[in-house]
Amino acid sequence: MKEISCKLLVIGAGPGGYVCAIRAGQLGVDTVIVEVGKPGGTCLNVGCIPSKALIHAAEEFDKVAHMAGGKDPLGIKVGAPTLDLTRTVFWKDGIVSRLNSGVAGLLKKAGVKTVHGWATFRDGKTVEVETETGSQVIRAETVVIATGSAPVELPFLPFGGPVISSTEALALSEVPKKLAVVGGGYIGLELGMAFAKMGAKVTVVEALPRVLAQYDAELTRPVLKRLSELGVEVMTGAKAKGLSTQGQMGKGDALLVETADGKNAKVAADRILVTVGRKPLTEGWGLEQIDLDRSGKFIRIDDQCRTSMRGIHAIGDVTGEPMLAHRAMAQGEMVAEIVAGHKRSWDKRAIPAICFTDPELVTAGLSPEEAKALGGEIKIGQFPFAANGRAMTRQGEDGFVRVVARADNHLVLGIQAVGQGVSELSAAFGLALEMGARLEDIAGTIHAHPTQGEGFQEAALKALGHALHI
Amino acid sequence: MGEYVIKLPDVGEGVAEAELVEWHVKIGDLVREDAVLAAVMTDKATVEIPSPVDGEILWLGAEIGDTVAIGSPIVRLKVAGEGNVKADSTAKAAPKAPAKPAEVKAEPVPSAPKSAPKPVEPPARVPPPVVAPKARPPSVPGAPRAEGEKPLASPAVRLRAREAGIDLRQVPGSGPAGRIGHEDIEAFLARGPQLARATGLARKDGVEDIKIVGLRRKIAEKMALAKSRIPHITYVEEIDVTALEELRATLNKEKRPAKGTERPKLTLLPFLMRAMVKAISDQPNLNALFDDEAGIVHQHEGIHIGIAAQTPNGLVVPVVKHAEARDLWDCAAEVNRLADAAKSGTATRDELSGSTITITSLGAMGGVATTPVINYPEVAIVGVNKMMVRPVWDGTQFIPRKMMNLSSSFDHRVIDGWDAAVFVQRIKTLLETPALIFVD
Repeated sequence: MKEISCKLLVIGAGPGGYVCAIRAGQLGVDTVIVEVGKPGGTCLNVGCIPSKALIHAAEEFDKVAHMAGGKDPLGIKVGAPTLDLTRTVFWKDGIVSRLNSGVAGLLKKAGVKTVHGWATFRDGKTVEVETETGSQVIRAETVVIATGSAPVELPFLPFGGPVISSTEALALSEVPKKLAVVGGGYIGLELGMAFAKMGAKVTVVEALPRVLAQYDAELTRPVLKRLSELGVEVMTGAKAKGLSTQGQMGKGDALLVETADGKNAKVAADRILVTVGRKPLTEGWGLEQIDLDRSGKFIRIDDQCRTSMRGIHAIGDVTGEPMLAHRAMAQGEMVAEIVAGHKRSWDKRAIPAICFTDPELVTAGLSPEEAKALGGEIKIGQFPFAANGRAMTRQGEDGFVRVVARADNHLVLGIQAVGQGVSELSAAFGLALEMGARLEDIAGTIHAHPTQGEGFQEAALKALGHALHI
Repeated sequence: MGEYVIKLPDVGEGVAEAELVEWHVKIGDLVREDAVLAAVMTDKATVEIPSPVDGEILWLGAEIGDTVAIGSPIVRLKVAGEGNVKADSTAKAAPKAPAKPAEVKAEPVPSAPKSAPKPVEPPARVPPPVVAPKARPPSVPGAPRAEGEKPLASPAVRLRAREAGIDLRQVPGSGPAGRIGHEDIEAFLARGPQLARATGLARKDGVEDIKIVGLRRKIAEKMALAKSRIPHITYVEEIDVTALEELRATLNKEKRPAKGTERPKLTLLPFLMRAMVKAISDQPNLNALFDDEAGIVHQHEGIHIGIAAQTPNGLVVPVVKHAEARDLWDCAAEVNRLADAAKSGTATRDELSGSTITITSLGAMGGVATTPVINYPEVAIVGVNKMMVRPVWDGTQFIPRKMMNLSSSFDHRVIDGWDAAVFVQRIKTLLETPALIFVD
């Protein structure tokens, strides 16, 4: 049996793990990373990147389909479009593949050794990896667990056949005629809207009274409006009960649903996409061998991502909410620097979150309700894109930017936006919060015209009581 | 919307002024009718001032410890409706109001000497003219900050602090909203980074100023008066209370109902009171108040024994009136009743005044000897020390006896040491042979 010794061993090459390994390599730390799949993890392979590719394709198709109707206000006329989803997926896979090799190259450039295989802990310092060429034992001074998360399966709707997770949804060869989406969270709505644009009849089944429940109703209103325009049926307060299979897959399948008023209903569907959340991946790699403390179902960490065992860190989805790639990346970078002997600890102010629905949602910092709960008085400034020139020229007047600040010293506590393309505003939002900006700082920054970013400045001006364009 | 001014009501007892001991509200609070606004203290009793109306507090007219004249405005409220102040007169009346309870108010000009020493107040407490701003969390966070409060700083500043080993909560921020900049870090480092390192043993430089107000101030004044005016002589004698304790135990065991009611459990105190009554009948000059300014000793026939009692708020002295007319059980019952009232704060002014001689006891804490301070203007105080079993030489052997010391102080201007000794010796005889207490 071969043995490797290193200073740092990273288990999992998702966005947390590979960033940690690259940064450690840059800092001269002798680093090994273990990954059973392709580098990039959920985010790159079956999450953020492929879903955004598919969403983009759907948007383009929808645009053209709209033009084909002959009522396009821009005056563009085209013939009826068709979609070859196999080709779309091939294009998407190309992007993923380029990024896979990009990450592998970055790891190599940083001097990180990559081991392909499934890692299992023997003890707190030793990991055994099942590789294609046999068992590989790795001993390390410090281990970083970055095993990520997996989609939650419903016991009465196990994945398989017509029941698919987001992973399979991103690899379909044809657009389902009828798609039932179980779970009205951001993954379900992002994919549901994309498939609706590609021509599927989509029904969203959500057990809670509203979809996108983590956002306030005002913020999600433009999304609900768009869902209705796309013909997506949204059933709230409805519970998925199981599958009614009447024949071959894709022929007469239906989702059994208990509606909000307690009645049984059938939602015809040839695919049922279950997106009811993700769970940390804490099984199958020997967590029981090292018996780390938990925080609920997650691994408990401190502000330096240290677990309850000396020399073992954990980062990313396996450590808790929000399960977002950029949180994992920031943790990975920090842990690498800690391992290299730098003084670091988690002191981030804001982890922006984006929902790539149509229109997009961005939140950073505190919502108005969360800010009010702190006890002090707050000011809110909101600017609608209906009053923004750039939004008009992009045919995206729905939505707004909202700024929440302390009333006494105008410190900005939170920023939210909903609208076309607002995901790109997340950079400004995060920067403002991280820098400790006041309303006056945002209002006093020149925002280029004509952009949707002007809405951010105007929202701050509105909170100060002197918005210029409304 | 109107304004409503609340004046300090006549709190009774024929006093012209009262000391403000507690605010229950602050500027900006919304209060309901009958909500307690403040507590004021007259001689010894505390009186709460309720709000006669609903409203928002705009102004508070005194600080804790101030003596406020009856009828002075103390609170202004914003109320629905007209209120009791004309709108145009408000602005003018307001700045005058705090100066009204004149004699103790802050005066920015320190020239005129005052009759009584008062703490110097900062002039800043003159209230704003009409509408005071609402109380809010501090707008500019200072340093050090509270646990959990995140100091405001950009990521680069935070990184610099982390690398320099500085706890940013300790660094004052000079930027807007208290933001900490690179220059603040440099200034902090230049001043002495050792303060920033959180070591096990923290240096503490804080000073907390605690204003002596209310009952504590009364006690302070009274003690200072007693010690500065009265030349004390303290006489300590030990007393064998073995026989008394046996008697007491027997009486408590017997528990014979008296006058149809349950008899109170006897402590040593009623026996001591009865012994003092008997001793005073021989030496009536010890049951007296000395008016030293007039040069007159008021010798009282009624024996009113003050019992110094520790309460949660401080030392008070409820008085057992006419101890000469009370038997042992009566004395015990009255002591119990008064002690309960004093501890619960319900003792009346009458029950807390009028003593002619005082007993002080630290009970089980008692110590070997104490130097009691005379309850001015009385001339004698008897202090009880802890009872304990001590070996006593009976001429042939040491035998265990229950012994207790009495530490008694006398006003040497009017009581000589000889008289003091005779008094204490008489009490000793009575307590050591308790039957004598009951022999007329």
